Amino acid sequence: MILAQLVFYLLAFVTVAAAVMVIAARNPVHSVLFLILAFFNSAGLFILLGAEFIGMLLVVVYVGAVAVLFLFVVMMLDINFVQLREGFLQYLPVGALVGLILLVELALVFGSIAMEPALGGAAVSATEAGVTNTEAIGRLLYTDYFYLFQAAGIILLVAMIGAMTLTMRHRPDARRQDIGRQVRRRPGETLEVRKVPPRTGI
Amino acid sequence: MAEIFWGTIWPLVLLIVYILVIVVPLLVAVAYLTYAERKVIGGMQLRQGPMFVGPYGLLQPLADGVKLFFKETVIPSRANKGVFLIAPMITFILALIGWAVIPFGDGLVLADINVGILYLFAVSSLGVYGIIMAGWASNSRYAFLGALRSSAQMISYEIAMGMIIISVLLTAGSLNLSEIVRAQAEQGWYLFWHFPMFMIFLVAILAETNRLPFDLPEDEASLVTGYNVEYSSMTFALFFLGEYANMILMSAMATILFLGGWLPPFEVAPFTWIPGPIWFILKVCVILFVYIWARATLPRYRYDQLMRLGWKVLLPISFGWLVLTAGVLVAFDLVPG
Amino acid sequence: MQVDQLARTVLWEELVRGFSLTLRYLFRRKVTLNYPYEKGPLSPRFRGEHALRRYPNGEERCIACKLCEAICPAQAITIESEPRPDGSRRTTRYDIDMTKCIYCGFCEEACPVDAIVEGPNFEFAAETREELFYTKEKLLENGERWEREIAMRLEADAPYR
Repeated sequence: MILAQLVFYLLAFVTVAAAVMVIAARNPVHSVLFLILAFFNSAGLFILLGAEFIGMLLVVVYVGAVAVLFLFVVMMLDINFVQLREGFLQYLPVGALVGLILLVELALVFGSIAMEPALGGAAVSATEAGVTNTEAIGRLLYTDYFYLFQAAGIILLVAMIGAMTLTMRHRPDARRQDIGRQVRRRPGETLEVRKVPPRTGI
Repeated sequence: MAEIFWGTIWPLVLLIVYILVIVVPLLVAVAYLTYAERKVIGGMQLRQGPMFVGPYGLLQPLADGVKLFFKETVIPSRANKGVFLIAPMITFILALIGWAVIPFGDGLVLADINVGILYLFAVSSLGVYGIIMAGWASNSRYAFLGALRSSAQMISYEIAMGMIIISVLLTAGSLNLSEIVRAQAEQGWYLFWHFPMFMIFLVAILAETNRLPFDLPEDEASLVTGYNVEYSSMTFALFFLGEYANMILMSAMATILFLGGWLPPFEVAPFTWIPGPIWFILKVCVILFVYIWARATLPRYRYDQLMRLGWKVLLPISFGWLVLTAGVLVAFDLVPG
Repeated sequence: MQVDQLARTVLWEELVRGFSLTLRYLFRRKVTLNYPYEKGPLSPRFRGEHALRRYPNGEERCIACKLCEAICPAQAITIESEPRPDGSRRTTRYDIDMTKCIYCGFCEEACPVDAIVEGPNFEFAAETREELFYTKEKLLENGERWEREIAMRLEADAPYR
């Protein structure tokens, strides 16, 4: 138990520290790398909670794919980030307001759990005994929340098709490679071996 | 005091011993994989391969290691030092931690976690970071281009790989690697049920580990070895070890998913006498041989062809197969669990 | 035709053919020559390191006619000569700059007495340039060391001249 607590504090500390570094780092690529570290540690926290499926998905989806694209974009950008930071202070009031609202909301949530322990009690155990994480999520997702799940899928599909339509360009003059045709070609169709007598030509 | 020792410290010591028992042979295997690669490719090109360091050149990997160790670590002056040094470590560590969930035999596994296959998948998808960080931190065009190619390639083939894995998971009814192997003991190897997927999986792991014919990230002809141009000495060695350890890890994954892990090919006398881990290692070796064989046979893909193959051929086929698998399982009421 | 093509594609016919080819080659006899320990055959006409020969009685063959010096396209040969006390003309200096030499074999062809020859030795790499400026002593020493082989080679090639 002591070990679990130690691990929890380690992961939590690294998560918070990495999150702070995300906004504090001068180099945007470093920011993204710290973001990845934060994701990774939160995945560790999920596993510690007994939600290993979500933890792994966090790593696979966010760290393995989303953050890579993030990193991609940031690395390719040619923006003078020092210049961007110059107006940092003028956004301070707005930022402070958003932060304050978040703080109040969090306080409300934890306050209500403190008042009514029954509300927070459900969060302690991720799954019922004898049911693996994956099964538990699957049961919920494909029964109670089936329509919502499908709706989420359709939204993603729309987004995907939208992105394709936006970037699609028809270029009728472009010569494209038809690999099927290339593969189908046999030497017999294109090559002809002829015996050419000297000094005659074909 | 004794309670603390037996309760807390002793398991930790045991754990470290287990890890060493896995990691040390693994590193030896990596060293000899490079030897085997040079021998096999040499043989296929009618050469002899390494011959002079030790009998049949058997000490060649050691000599190479010593050579790399005594070289100077050069850090480019305009490189991003921290990231530059972390990148090879990440590659190497990721190549090693995947082994925590690999079952070498029935019950012979360091961490028998329920989401083993997801863990493996996560580890392999993280592999991209070592490369992209190396490419970016080197502050070199070649390295950066190599890193970009590599990350785009790895993400693309991961999706096809994921679809294949899901097909297998549906048939096995578990995400636990040991359970997947046990399911194959009853149902027969998935090599037979999912043969097309096995072939696509082989192609995908070639791309995932940046091996020929998909080694565009380190294409020496156009990128002078790509993301690791600026690396030398031990930092380079870590990339090298990481790449080869990843090859073995992916082969182990293919073995577990399709070749029945530690199971003997036939459940009859002479085959069952040989213990499971030996079968496991033999199967991994077969897949590694295919890796090397492909390198000796196939020319390198062009980059757009590589992307086309991943997105327009492998992904639709594996997706179709996934739907087919699910359909068949439901139609014939074969869904496990 | 279409079905045939489809079957070939689905069954990866080309890949199978390629892979089986490399697999067959794996079991062929290796053609490697472990060079410092094994060497390939050399033609009797092979043009390697130069040597100055002597007659069987020990007299040096070269009569300082300077034909080789004249014909050398790289101007690598330098000869100085003087009559000896017994009246015969011999070289006092016979230098070949091996860094200039292009191993064309013209000196060998021009020599009327078979004195300068290009022997079978091709392993005379040196660490400094100076070692490659061959003098008369060095060339005569080469002649003594390689005489047996040079004689055999000349004999083997004689019918074709």
